[in-house]
Amino acid sequence: MESRYNKRLDGRGFEETRPIIARAGVINKADGSAMFRIGRTTAYAAVYGPRELHPKHLQDPKKGVLRCNYNMMPFSAEERVRPGPSRRSREISMVTEKALLPVVNLEDYPNAVVDVFIELIETDAGSRCAGICAASIALADAGIIMKDMVAAVSTGVIDHRIVIDLDGDEEHLADLDVADIPIAMIPSTEEITLLQMDGKASKEELFRAIEMVKPVLKRIAEVQRKALKEKYKG
Amino acid sequence: MMNQDLKAHINEALKKGVRLDGRKKEEYRKIEITTGVIATAEGSALVKCGDTEVIAGVKLGIGEPYPDSPDEGVLIVGSELLPLSNPEFETGPPSIDAIEVARVIDRGIREGKTINTKKLCIEKGECVWTVMIDVLPLNYDGNLIDIGGIAALAALKDAKMLEVNDNKVVYGKRTKQSLPIMSMPVPVTILKIGDNLIVDPTEAEEAVLDARLTVSILEDGTLCALQKGGDASLSVKDINEMINLAVKKSQDIRRKIYEAL
Repeated sequence: MESRYNKRLDGRGFEETRPIIARAGVINKADGSAMFRIGRTTAYAAVYGPRELHPKHLQDPKKGVLRCNYNMMPFSAEERVRPGPSRRSREISMVTEKALLPVVNLEDYPNAVVDVFIELIETDAGSRCAGICAASIALADAGIIMKDMVAAVSTGVIDHRIVIDLDGDEEHLADLDVADIPIAMIPSTEEITLLQMDGKASKEELFRAIEMVKPVLKRIAEVQRKALKEKYKG
Repeated sequence: MMNQDLKAHINEALKKGVRLDGRKKEEYRKIEITTGVIATAEGSALVKCGDTEVIAGVKLGIGEPYPDSPDEGVLIVGSELLPLSNPEFETGPPSIDAIEVARVIDRGIREGKTINTKKLCIEKGECVWTVMIDVLPLNYDGNLIDIGGIAALAALKDAKMLEVNDNKVVYGKRTKQSLPIMSMPVPVTILKIGDNLIVDPTEAEEAVLDARLTVSILEDGTLCALQKGGDASLSVKDINEMINLAVKKSQDIRRKIYEAL
């Protein structure tokens, strides 16, 4: 189908992400940490653990617990974000956990918890995906046993056109239909660990979006690995 | 977490004038101030001091004035001890420690008349500017009140007013006008451990403190806010020494803030 969205607002190619910066080991007090910036959206993640889980009744003698906490700093959006958990932030914390769980070997940490704290210091769309990318680097930096990275990016369908990494202006396009589809993937197996969609798209468009995002996520995983190598190259 | 061995060790070392990280008693860690780090904030600053790293952001809004000050803007300072920044911090509503940090920073800025709140009145009794400053540690290794206070001042200095349309804020439309800033009340916290006074404590030093005193100091040496903390009492002589030291240190820090702006 013909799209009326033939040129991106910021001039990027349709499959092009905004500039990405990733760094491992940015928070000295944490067991592992990372910063992931895509465009202006900047996520910090810190991993604490494995450590003893309290309250004790939550402990599992067979495997550890992964606990993620996503939070936007009050000044990270145009309007001030009220401190403390919201329905939105709690849902994102939950889906972040599910996005990371498949790669973390929790069987190695019985009765323990691995805490992942994600703070968004500045946002311009795509914050849950940036959070997942930062968290994945931070988990590896903490030495948590993992099967692979998890890479994530928001994908979109704007008036039948598939675009990668929507920014805030694109999310709020008034006259065109916009679907925002955050996707997280284990690059080596191409398994999808996060899939959400806000807005309208056909089934065919959704699958085209997934196909299109695969190579992008593999490139993002390379950036994540590079950040780790930078820290440990000695 | 009070560790008797650590306390004895820190105390013994301090008697010889040595600190765990090799600093002198009256020596700060290296302070680095960067402003304008958050594009979504009206003003922002990132301050590093040793392993402590604090980010402060200013957001502006329009709201109703308080009934007792109908022609003045409203100032709100918030802080949270983010669990991201230290293994000891937990999720949940702000702890009493976080509330104290926010209130002490708030008191310095408010009582030091840092912001000319009268100039933030849009319509008397109806609508005024609200200045919300949030001070959050990214990495916590002690001295949050001082470092956070410096970050808050730098962020306020960095802030630009927003456009207004029909008494509503137009977010993202920044003007060239700065906030009406009138003073720079620098907070300096002095710790008493045994018979020793130190500045800029690390987390380990804070864990073994006997008493502390935060002094907010204006350009001309006037004091504008005080807060005593810790379980031990202070003699008048202690307080005198602590304030003298704080006033001396505030001059260096004020110079650092101006250099960064």
